[in-house]
Amino acid sequence: MRTLYDFHGGIHPPENKLPSTTSPIATLPLAPLLHVSMAQHTGNPARPCVAPGDRVERGTLIGRPDGTLSAAVHAPASGTVVSVGPVVQAHPSGLCELTVTLETDGQDRRAAPTPLTDWASRSEDEVRAFLASMGVVGQGGGVFPSHLKLNARALETLVVNGAECEPYITCDDRLMRERAGRIVEGALIAGTLTGAREIVVGIEDNKPEALAAMQAAARGTRMEVVAIPTKYPSGGAKQLIRILTGKKIPHGVRSTAMGVQCFNVGTLYSLAQAVLEGEPVVSRIVTLTGSVARPLNADVPLGTPVDWLMQAVGRSADSDGVLMGGPMMGSRLPALEAGIVKATNCLIATSPALFPPPPLSMPCIRCGDCANACPAELQPMDLYWFARARQFDKARAWQLFDCIECGACNSVCPSAIPLVDYYRFAKSEIWAEEREKQAADRARARHEQRLARIEHEKALKAERLAQKSAAAKAVAEAVATSTTDPGKPPASVPVDSAKKAAIEAAMARAAARKAEAAQTQSGVSPEASANPLPPATPVTAMDPAKKAAIEAAMARAAARKAEAAQTQSGVSAEASANPAPPVTAMDPAKKAAIEAAMARAAARRAATEQKESR
Amino acid sequence: MPFVPHATRTVRVSRVMFKVLLALVPAFGVYCWLWGAGVLVQLLLAVFTALLAEAAMLRLRGRPLAPSLGDGSALLTAALLALAMPPLGVWWLIVLATLFAIVPGKQLYGGLGHNPFNPAMVGFAAMIVSFPSQMGQWGSPLSPLSTAEQIRWIFLRTPPAGSFDALSSATPLDALKTGLLGGGEVSRLVASPLYGHFGGAGSEWLGLAVLAGGLWLWRQRIISLRAPLGLLCGLLALALPLWLVMPERFASPGFHVLTGATLLGAFFIVTDPVTGPTTPRGQWLFGFLVGALTYLIRVFGGYPDGLAFAVLIFNIAVPLIDTLTRPPAFGQAKGARR
Repeated sequence: MRTLYDFHGGIHPPENKLPSTTSPIATLPLAPLLHVSMAQHTGNPARPCVAPGDRVERGTLIGRPDGTLSAAVHAPASGTVVSVGPVVQAHPSGLCELTVTLETDGQDRRAAPTPLTDWASRSEDEVRAFLASMGVVGQGGGVFPSHLKLNARALETLVVNGAECEPYITCDDRLMRERAGRIVEGALIAGTLTGAREIVVGIEDNKPEALAAMQAAARGTRMEVVAIPTKYPSGGAKQLIRILTGKKIPHGVRSTAMGVQCFNVGTLYSLAQAVLEGEPVVSRIVTLTGSVARPLNADVPLGTPVDWLMQAVGRSADSDGVLMGGPMMGSRLPALEAGIVKATNCLIATSPALFPPPPLSMPCIRCGDCANACPAELQPMDLYWFARARQFDKARAWQLFDCIECGACNSVCPSAIPLVDYYRFAKSEIWAEEREKQAADRARARHEQRLARIEHEKALKAERLAQKSAAAKAVAEAVATSTTDPGKPPASVPVDSAKKAAIEAAMARAAARKAEAAQTQSGVSPEASANPLPPATPVTAMDPAKKAAIEAAMARAAARKAEAAQTQSGVSAEASANPAPPVTAMDPAKKAAIEAAMARAAARRAATEQKESR
Repeated sequence: MPFVPHATRTVRVSRVMFKVLLALVPAFGVYCWLWGAGVLVQLLLAVFTALLAEAAMLRLRGRPLAPSLGDGSALLTAALLALAMPPLGVWWLIVLATLFAIVPGKQLYGGLGHNPFNPAMVGFAAMIVSFPSQMGQWGSPLSPLSTAEQIRWIFLRTPPAGSFDALSSATPLDALKTGLLGGGEVSRLVASPLYGHFGGAGSEWLGLAVLAGGLWLWRQRIISLRAPLGLLCGLLALALPLWLVMPERFASPGFHVLTGATLLGAFFIVTDPVTGPTTPRGQWLFGFLVGALTYLIRVFGGYPDGLAFAVLIFNIAVPLIDTLTRPPAFGQAKGARR
């Protein structure tokens, strides 16, 4: 028997899981239009490789991974590409992203599968590249590309996350009940790739059927299936690792540094499907529940519009919205025409009966219930106070960024304060501050370089003038000497200096031309903005004028790109184009826009709450 | 619409407050049995003053009345004051104490959740500093006075014939202190009818009633036992060695626990979440410091009881205590803080 560890805090919210677990995973009618987003994963959106009018089959590659931190996107059904362009996303910000819209033909033609059955004899790099090309990403909600999580070596424990602790969500439960074999195969592949000494599956003990199915499937393998006590948020990666291994992964430390990696059961299922069947990730299990006539789990092609799914399960007339994700960490979708993505594990139709409006917030009485519930072992009441007083440095010192936004504090607060909204607001304010600081630093560097260039040009000009006049004088002198003394050969030095001045002038002109050319060129090249700016100090041997010109061009390009992203997303000009602290290589402008939008929403909410509480 | 929707919450601020009020019922029962209906008169005076003061201040501050009046916090302050003030004190004494507690003690700081000092202790301390003689007239328990006589005494200060001691005798702590200063010995002093088995006559029963309410609150998970036990530890850490060394100069630890405001302070004052620390270690520390200082003021200071001053002094240290005792976050090494 495995020793289990407890984690601090946690809550026991009403589960509401039963309605959607009674029926097997269903297949719903195919939607006529699928909006397949290119940004279904952490990192750079995929680059679409189809054009309107192209015919595609299920599994046809429609988006290539853009860089390492990215994953491929495939057509979820056969049909015709209608458009490639920005479409509203299934995201709380309601922003648009590059999306391939398909018109399905209902014939369900399938592209030839490309399994990697001999994966065991391939190099790890090959297997990882294969997984990236099959679009395998974490399906627990983080949608982090799986191939990057698999580059760990000699792991002590591979933790498989079947906890599914959030209320309402049952997609992993049903998946484990019905497709346990594939999950086990996926776990064994991942275990081999990471050299894991042991593979442990943690499943909350409120899912006896899933536990039994997984135990049966794991019999005879080296995988261990463990029932863990039901407590939210045991399905948080850090919490589950703690429960199963006793290790606490601090904020900012990778779990692999402590010999652990964690994968969701859905991810391992799609990994096994990709490797063994050659099936790219084109669908996922989605829990459709809440205020609907037929709550169920369905295997849904990616890109299926949310309202189509809601219609299929009979969303009730009094429903006032749809949540994506669970009631604890999920968010309300502003646009229901958006297509589902690889992160969509659950859609809940809300109604005033199921989710009554929160009661009026009362002042914080520092009862400390939130600290008792916090699985990150923070002091939520202090963080709330700092966020509200905009003491962001203090909030940071009190480890605001350790907060996993699980919402446990919110749900125990006797004053009904929307604490997580305050934390999100504080986080985005801190990010915005950092971006502004970086922008200011860059502007200062640019300014200093400009001054240096002007100085340099002045010096050059003065030198040129001096040389020119010296040359003219020398020539005049030479002429004078030759006329006065024809026997004497012309002085070599003055002639030389004149020549040198001419050559130098020509070189300067060429340099200027070159700089100009570089300027116009880099002005249109989109890569320019993606490059990090060169160091500010003009110490290199490179012509400073040229360098300044290139830099200016790059800055312009970045600004243009940011502007484009902003107009696209309808965000005011305040967000800058500079990358946030380099967590991901995601387009910084876009990220800034999303963050700004989310921050505004959080701030709005906080402001109304504050007003009410006064 | 909130970002994070939620299942409905079951615990509300008002429920917490009313549970604490409920926990005070046994204490009021014993108090009434000991001192008569005068206690209820004091309670009514405090409640009316508290609600009126709270309403007036909310109006002045432009805040909605219903949520704040309904949260029960003003009622709780009033109830605590009614237990802390002399049961037969003159009517304006408790009215002034309550006014002081609610107006500067709570509302001027921004209302519930924003006051750094325990409001009831603010009111009590203001009175003991301003009106020491009125605050010292405690009366003796189980007195033969009728309800009518008590009410007349509270409002009009007309004493019934003969029984002046029953109205204005000092508290046991006060009497002991004076006696000791006069060169008396503890064993002879506590033989007077003012004293019972452990503390003041009957006060051990009041103490046990408070204890019962406090333990019920603990079972209800409204309070933790850290601060109460810390307070008792702090008190005993001084009382026990001194009593062991010089039993004739210092009263027994049992006397100190069961007399005065010790148990009320332990379970209902230092457990106030608003003005106490939130970290577990901080709660122990806060309780311990209050207990120790209470003893020091009682025994060596100028006042018969020191709980109110000890609480107020360490209330202001709470932010510091919280900062120094902040537990490490998930996975962080102990003591390692960025």
